[in-house]
Amino acid sequence: MLTALSVTALTLLLIYSMVTNALPAIQKFGWHFLFTSTWDPVKEIFGALPFIYGTLVSSALALLIAVPISLGIAIYLAELAPQFIRQPLSFLIELLAAIPSVVYGFWGIFGLAPFLRTAVQPFLSKYLGFLPLFQGQFFGVGMLTAGIILSIMIIPTISSISREVFLAVPSNQREAATALGATRWETIRLAVLGYSKTGVWGAVILGLGRAIGETMAVTMVIGNRPQISVSLFAPGYTMASVIANEFTEATGKLYLSSLVEIGVILFFLTLIINGIARFLIWKVSNKAKGRIRE
Amino acid sequence: MKKFFLGLILTTLALSLTAGPTLANKLLLINGAGGTFPYPLYSKWFYEYAKIEPVNFNYQAIGSGAGIKQITERTVDFGASDAALTDKQMKQAPGLLHIPMTAGAVVISYNLPQVTQRLKFTPDVLADIYLGKITKWNDPRISRINPGANLPNEGILVAHRSDGSGTTNIFTSYLSSVSPEWKKKVGFSTSVNWPVGLGGKGNQGVSGIIKQAEGGMGYIELAYAITNNLPYADLQNKAGNFITPTIETTTEAINGALSHMPDDFRVSCVNPGGANAYPISGVTWILVYKNQPNHVIGEELVKFLRWAITDGQKYSVDLLYAPLPESMVKKIEQRIDEINY
Amino acid sequence: MNIYKRRKIINAFMCSATFICATITLLPLISIFIYVLSKGASSLNISFFTHLPRPVGEPGGGMGNAILGTLTLIGLTCLWAIPVGVLSGVYLAEFGNNKFGAVVRFSADLLNGVPSIVIGIFAYILFVVPMKTFSALSGAFALGLIMIPTVMRTTEEILLLVPRTIREAALALGISQFRMTISIVLKTALPGIVTGILLAIARIAGETAPLLFTALGNEFWQRGIMQPIAAMPLQIFAYAISPFDDWHRQAWAASFVLITIIFLMNFISRLVIYLQRKSLKAK
Repeated sequence: MLTALSVTALTLLLIYSMVTNALPAIQKFGWHFLFTSTWDPVKEIFGALPFIYGTLVSSALALLIAVPISLGIAIYLAELAPQFIRQPLSFLIELLAAIPSVVYGFWGIFGLAPFLRTAVQPFLSKYLGFLPLFQGQFFGVGMLTAGIILSIMIIPTISSISREVFLAVPSNQREAATALGATRWETIRLAVLGYSKTGVWGAVILGLGRAIGETMAVTMVIGNRPQISVSLFAPGYTMASVIANEFTEATGKLYLSSLVEIGVILFFLTLIINGIARFLIWKVSNKAKGRIRE
Repeated sequence: MKKFFLGLILTTLALSLTAGPTLANKLLLINGAGGTFPYPLYSKWFYEYAKIEPVNFNYQAIGSGAGIKQITERTVDFGASDAALTDKQMKQAPGLLHIPMTAGAVVISYNLPQVTQRLKFTPDVLADIYLGKITKWNDPRISRINPGANLPNEGILVAHRSDGSGTTNIFTSYLSSVSPEWKKKVGFSTSVNWPVGLGGKGNQGVSGIIKQAEGGMGYIELAYAITNNLPYADLQNKAGNFITPTIETTTEAINGALSHMPDDFRVSCVNPGGANAYPISGVTWILVYKNQPNHVIGEELVKFLRWAITDGQKYSVDLLYAPLPESMVKKIEQRIDEINY
Repeated sequence: MNIYKRRKIINAFMCSATFICATITLLPLISIFIYVLSKGASSLNISFFTHLPRPVGEPGGGMGNAILGTLTLIGLTCLWAIPVGVLSGVYLAEFGNNKFGAVVRFSADLLNGVPSIVIGIFAYILFVVPMKTFSALSGAFALGLIMIPTVMRTTEEILLLVPRTIREAALALGISQFRMTISIVLKTALPGIVTGILLAIARIAGETAPLLFTALGNEFWQRGIMQPIAAMPLQIFAYAISPFDDWHRQAWAASFVLITIIFLMNFISRLVIYLQRKSLKAK
């Protein structure tokens, strides 16, 4: 009871201390903080838009890459893979989640970024260069790199939850589809995917929540530059990275509280996202198992 | 199972809590944090000093801005910065002393494998690159001052610091002193609103970007450029001469600033007058409180500071820092004597 | 093309696409392994585990302090996070079927979703500023906040799986609900809880962001919990962004050690689950 209370108390304390420390910036900049893009410690003008943009774009990019792949993995593991492959393969994929973020960043700098700069980015710009997304200099580090690293990091989350959701689909659904003469893929599409749509959405949004809060790996590969640029090759900045880079050295009071306010925004953003994900997963688990508690 | 597990945790804990102090012979630990600019020299100093005195200095190179902030909050025993505190910052940290430790040059380093000669920059070209007005290596304004250089038709990948940094302060002070436009648009500080470029954390981070990307260029401390085998450029000084950054040309710049050295040592050495002075130089300070809260730590700090500005100076040259001029050392010793502990 | 043929082709295409997805994902894993093994394992030697870091240019030197520091941080974190997490989980499972339980559950979910960097700020404000020193303690506090929700929710979930019949049998024998929970329910659920704890440890062992403003880092051996302490992830971060090849090698070696520790934890926890299943089947 006491310990349970302490968990709630700590959470409340966390919110309270974050908000009070962010208060000077909130009072000074108001809503402008969210919609202006100047980040100027010299003149003490702060706007968080480039960071919010960077966080959203890098996470969206991560989802764009991770969702199809994760679903493919989940379908393969739950429906298609031979029995003896399932356990080892899912273990390997979950190992991806166990690699520390700082090691991802390290690998990103020395493995992924040079590869992207010399192979992938020239290729993209040659064949898709007419799109503003793939124009500009090849830095290696930048929004694209951050998106790819993030996608690798969230694939285990999305695929393992989706797999659970697929496995929870009652087998009579599948049998019904097969009996009607559906091919294997049609069974998966109609019976399995259709049945578990909500749960998969939950998994995706949970992955999004993880991508948004990710700090170290992104900081090491995104280029750390507060600008809004259409090109995915350009460097960017995320909310979590700006805190990691500048928090220990923010001298002025306003500078510090602006960074804390970014922390508050990040907190509420992940809060909303996780809330939605939990709701969706809860809904699907209720649907599958009936009411288990509460 | 439970007992095994609990035992494992307790053993690890007991082991780690006791092993640390035993291995360290219960030496005094003094914590400091600050600039990455003097980090190679400081880590050498602390390494050598630990051999002759029973005290360990833990220095974390997290940026000059962080050094100022953390000593103001008194979360460390000493701070280190290559940027002097502003008057506003001094108010928040009353009684904080600036002790000059060494001097160094900030060099313009680049990664152009096909260019064999040392590049030259004029102040206005440098400012315009950082303002985003010159974006290609083969821009006529660059090739005009570098005849014969095989400059590629590639974009300039400008790198700067992403954290608060004294190196940035020195560099942006310099740009502000040579370019009115820079002064008006950007200004100078430990971190500024950069018009272009990629951010790297620390001198290490910026050298990392330059080293890993062809066409990269950035401002780093001389020692970082040399230890990484990165080429660096000659820069035109106030007298109109193109100067290669070396220890001698840096010392000349510091000597040029001695005449207007204020009592609290908060001096800026950028763009001095001497004929052979390298224009982007600066001193770096250790920040300590005049009234030390802890007697033992205060005593050891003072002892170390004295050693560093006298005996310690001999390590500077090897690591490419400019030793402090003799006349300055005398003044600094007087200031160290004022520390109470 | 007739419709049957088309359906067949689509079927074959999609089914092999899922297989390709699974293979593609393994590529980064393999690539990371190759990097860590080829660059890290070759830089490992005895002095890596026993020596302190040296200044740039000095040969030798290791990361003994960071390895010890990471172990200490994990130990300190477990010391407070396991009791709080497990007990809260027990409370939720056994007595938490009310409004207060829902509030606690919600706050644990909240805490679980907080980005680790924000937790770092919180620990800095709460511990470092008032105590006027960076410390191992503040680092362990931050890591604990990350660990608690995981431990708590797994404990709760595992306890709920303990069959009602066991509880009722215990109560029927006349022991108090408290005793029943501690000596019967907890004992039955122990392997599951241990697994949860191990996974939580594996997660915090690699955390960097919350340590940046709390543990700070230390170039020497640690001096108790009120002083800054070194940690492997911090050291990897500092060395990774440096331009010195020597330090890169050290960072790869540290990554190798860290990943080995974390994988070992994962492996052990799986072993625990496996053994438990086996013993259940035997019964």
